[in-house]
Amino acid sequence: MTSLPRHTEKKLGLVIDLDTCVGCHACAVNCKEWNTSGPSAPLTDFDPYGAEAQGVWFNRIHSFEVGEGGTGRTVHFPKSCLHCEDAPCVTVCPTGASMKRAEDGIVLVDADKCIGCKLCSWACPYGAREYDHDHGVMKKCTLCVDRIYDTSVPERDRVPACVATCPASARHFGDLGDPDSEVSRLVAARGGFALMPEQGCRPVNRYLPPRNATSAPTPLPQAGLAARLAEWAGRLIAR
Amino acid sequence: MTASPVQDGVVCSTCYMCACRCGIRVHVQGGKLRYIEGNPDHPVNRGVLCAKGSAGIMQATSPARLRRPLIRTGERGKNEFREASWDEALELATSWLRQVRETDPKRLAFFTGRDQSQSLTGWWAQAFGTPNFAAHGGFCSVNMAAAGLYTLGGSFWEFGEPDWEHTKLFLMFGVAEDHDSNPIKMGLGAIKGRGARFISVNPVRTGYSAIADEWIGIRPGTDGLLVMSLAHCLLAADRVDLEFLARYTNAAYLVIEAPERAENGLLARDESGRPLLWNGTEAVTETGQAAIAGRFRLADGRQVATVFTLLAERILDGGYAPEAVAPRCGVPAATIRRIAAEIAEVAFEGAIELPVAWTDSWGVRHETMRGRPVAVHAMRGISAHSNGFQTCRALHVLQMLIGAVDVPGSWRYKSPFPRPIPPGPAPVGRESRPGTAQPGPALGFPQKPEDLLVGPNGEPLRIDRGFSWEAPLALHGLMHNVIGNAAAGDPYDIDTLFLYMANMAWNSSMNPEEATAALTARDPATGEYRIPHIIYADAYASETVAYADLVLPDTTYLERYDCISLLDRPIGSAHGPADAIRQPVIQPDRDVRPFQDVLLDLGARLGLPGMVDERGDPLFDSYRTYMWKHERRPGVGPLAGFRGDGSAIGVGAPNPSQIDRYIENGCFWQHELPADQLYYKHSNAAYLRDAKAMGLIGSEAPITLQIYSEPLARLRLAAQGHGAVQPPEHLRERVATYCDPLPFWYPPLEETPESEAAYPLHAVTQRPMPMYHSWHGQNAWLRQIMGGNRIYIPRPLAQSLGIADEDWVAVASRTGRIVARARLMDGVNAATIWTWNAVGKRAGAWNLHPEATEATTGFLLNHILSELRPEAGRSRASNSDPVTGQAAWFDARVRLERATAEDVARAERLPPMPGLDTPPTVLRYNARIA
Repeated sequence: MTSLPRHTEKKLGLVIDLDTCVGCHACAVNCKEWNTSGPSAPLTDFDPYGAEAQGVWFNRIHSFEVGEGGTGRTVHFPKSCLHCEDAPCVTVCPTGASMKRAEDGIVLVDADKCIGCKLCSWACPYGAREYDHDHGVMKKCTLCVDRIYDTSVPERDRVPACVATCPASARHFGDLGDPDSEVSRLVAARGGFALMPEQGCRPVNRYLPPRNATSAPTPLPQAGLAARLAEWAGRLIAR
Repeated sequence: MTASPVQDGVVCSTCYMCACRCGIRVHVQGGKLRYIEGNPDHPVNRGVLCAKGSAGIMQATSPARLRRPLIRTGERGKNEFREASWDEALELATSWLRQVRETDPKRLAFFTGRDQSQSLTGWWAQAFGTPNFAAHGGFCSVNMAAAGLYTLGGSFWEFGEPDWEHTKLFLMFGVAEDHDSNPIKMGLGAIKGRGARFISVNPVRTGYSAIADEWIGIRPGTDGLLVMSLAHCLLAADRVDLEFLARYTNAAYLVIEAPERAENGLLARDESGRPLLWNGTEAVTETGQAAIAGRFRLADGRQVATVFTLLAERILDGGYAPEAVAPRCGVPAATIRRIAAEIAEVAFEGAIELPVAWTDSWGVRHETMRGRPVAVHAMRGISAHSNGFQTCRALHVLQMLIGAVDVPGSWRYKSPFPRPIPPGPAPVGRESRPGTAQPGPALGFPQKPEDLLVGPNGEPLRIDRGFSWEAPLALHGLMHNVIGNAAAGDPYDIDTLFLYMANMAWNSSMNPEEATAALTARDPATGEYRIPHIIYADAYASETVAYADLVLPDTTYLERYDCISLLDRPIGSAHGPADAIRQPVIQPDRDVRPFQDVLLDLGARLGLPGMVDERGDPLFDSYRTYMWKHERRPGVGPLAGFRGDGSAIGVGAPNPSQIDRYIENGCFWQHELPADQLYYKHSNAAYLRDAKAMGLIGSEAPITLQIYSEPLARLRLAAQGHGAVQPPEHLRERVATYCDPLPFWYPPLEETPESEAAYPLHAVTQRPMPMYHSWHGQNAWLRQIMGGNRIYIPRPLAQSLGIADEDWVAVASRTGRIVARARLMDGVNAATIWTWNAVGKRAGAWNLHPEATEATTGFLLNHILSELRPEAGRSRASNSDPVTGQAAWFDARVRLERATAEDVARAERLPPMPGLDTPPTVLRYNARIA
């Protein structure tokens, strides 16, 4: 079995704003196109033009309703690897293929060591791992490790593909281990929460809840047509 | 673990996975598409890219792509073709078209789909000499365009945008996930981050509505009632901006009240035609102070009332009180009153002042720009009803009442708008002469009965009956009726139907069965097809290709030049005019050609004016050359940037380096307006002056917003028996009713007491964000996100019928029946069922497996719609808005029943299209492997 680092220098992860995610799947598809030619290549698609296409995706959006009747909510919930601090997918790995990096906390799979036993996908309570039947190895979100340290591209591009492309700015990337980072401040300000903390995996990623802006304006006075017309009739308006 | 850099080559271009026109950066590696991302410098999308745009690689590598020109060998609809060379294909097309042009050019019907080259295609049709041209706007959103252009001189749709930076309250009506999709998502993210409120009015709580702070689950087709009711509350409370109304709108203009007379309902004008105002004692053309309300008697004895008076009477005296409309809208009266109060509070107590001095068209300098930070956006939910035009007009009136048109925080014009009201000349095409071009564009802007394209008896002159009394303001034509009208020979027969990029045999027709029956209809006497020739250009083996006689295979957007032109549908924003180009990123691996190149080639073969020189040689060797060289009028061409020596904008001589300059600039051009021109554009002297200099508008005159629409009053007068051009008897009442110069609400035409009893439910569709019409159901990545659809049913209704998730249900309308699987939902109006738009595919089409989920569990709502209305005494009465001819997709009334899998009846499977690539069973896409 594989050990977790005792401490990671950074806790890189995602903060996903459920107040602005419209469920457009931009993040999922941009992730797919970046990574299918990236270090985990390919993100295989099975029967892509057949009866029922199915492929490898690192990020999937689940849409569902919460609450009954008109007062409920439609939730668009993007989910990818949460890069847990106590990642059971790592400790369960028999070969050391599944690992958590000490320097930044990213959970990765080394395809050369992966034997495709799928223990990690059974261990992950979030269902965030993707087995490539064709390739015979487990694949998963890398936080675009091939982008975020690439000094040959402008700094603004050194973020995961899903964050760069998100039209609603619902996805944020940074070091959640640093309380002064932008993402940490965002989590603090908005009451960001961890997904299923009861599983004890200590996920790094956070979700931001809906803001639910309400309004209670002063009621309008009402008058009838005749009264209003009489009132307006005498008025000359500057043009 | 770090990948090798991907900057093997990064090429800028413009996306075409939907109508949004975002800037893209395409990474190419070894000639293969590596990655497509948003261009961070691009004004439309600032670096973001949606799911569709991100799936462009699969669009270019799809096995559904056509390979070479095809000539039909079997029956239509059987996919029996032989391959042909381009020369043979173009000669065949030329032979058909030449014969048509030399005899009767109107026997060519040339209609295009969701293309972005309408300034080219329209110009080509004009040169050919046919009036029978339009793009897809008639079944898309002409209600929004027409209502906006006849009211504000701009529109929702794509000629306007909310002031995302300053708005405090944003109201969105209806589905809006297609046009401007990324800017809207960016804007919603921004305003929610600022704490602005977002209210969504939509029968269905998906997409944008899911993140609204307040969702109003309105009953379809009643948005106009809600809007009029909001206006009612504001007027009743005197919470309206009278200064804005008097200064910038025609609220203080005087309407003649002379019942039974030929001038009844027209504006009172002086001898030179200038509208009159009441200055307190008399009617004048210029006054510093005008009466906003009241009835007056002119010196000649005629009675007049201000527009505002008539509007107030309409809104306050009608049945528009919240309590009156609430049951019909499905929105509680208290909610309507609260939202009206919120609008007033934000517009007035929440008014903002930008510290920017500006000067209005009357020379008055204002030290600040006052804003009413209530912004509105609306799209198809309002548009696709037969009362959509007047509903959209009502919405614009609501904006005007609170002074929230192109002011800080409000809805704003996107350049090149505003334009004069209406923005252009009348439509052309009353005559069609052998071998002769039309004297002007087929699509235009009628202002009076004489502008309509009707014969001596009021009969339609266009094949789609556009600009006739059946649809007088059909600014975008009625593409949804072209094929049926042509097959019926009503109003006349045609010879050649030439379609581009419009899936008319399937999801783009209101009813696929009606469309395919028309495409295959034969003359009983001769046995020949009623539509003798069909030419179709598309990149993919869609359902429609099967019905073509000649198929001209197009490239994808990644393999051609294109221009997103100010003459057409540009990418300008409230910040200034902009346009863009596409350039080839990769070379096609097959014998396909860009349609725009093909069209110019055909034009040259036919010797069309403007496409050949005096010796008959082609003037343009390619669309790329046309893009810089063509002049629509002196100095004005398809692209506005880098003209002349490269420094001229808008107007300037053709510049042979223009395309290179665009490419150097990331494939777009943008002119940033100075701060003092960013708002009040309808009356902003500096803006109007510069816009005229750039060729965006022809006059610096202020654009007076039209609460009262005099063109509609003129049409109504004709219907009431005045003037030389009057509607035929059977249309008089219809024109007199719906061409009302003030907005009003009426039930959608499908909604009658009988229909309500038999079909008590509404049926609508919503846009799936990762899909654009039928284009993406064959995309290997996007079809994994949505490969099938369900009938979504309000939970209480489903439970009352004993329907559970995944049960089979039947949806029946007056013309059709669909059987599909059910899904229960809370976030939907109680009287409405819905499904996703354009997901279903016909088995055998698009080179998908015949058992693909799109064909087995996917379906179209179109099967229960009809392009026609059952109206006594009218032939081929269009199921459309009576003013604009907008297809009334969302009017559908249905009944829901339990069903079984055995009840499913699908369209006949299409035989396989010959010559397509064999689809892979496992796709291991990796650009790094050759």
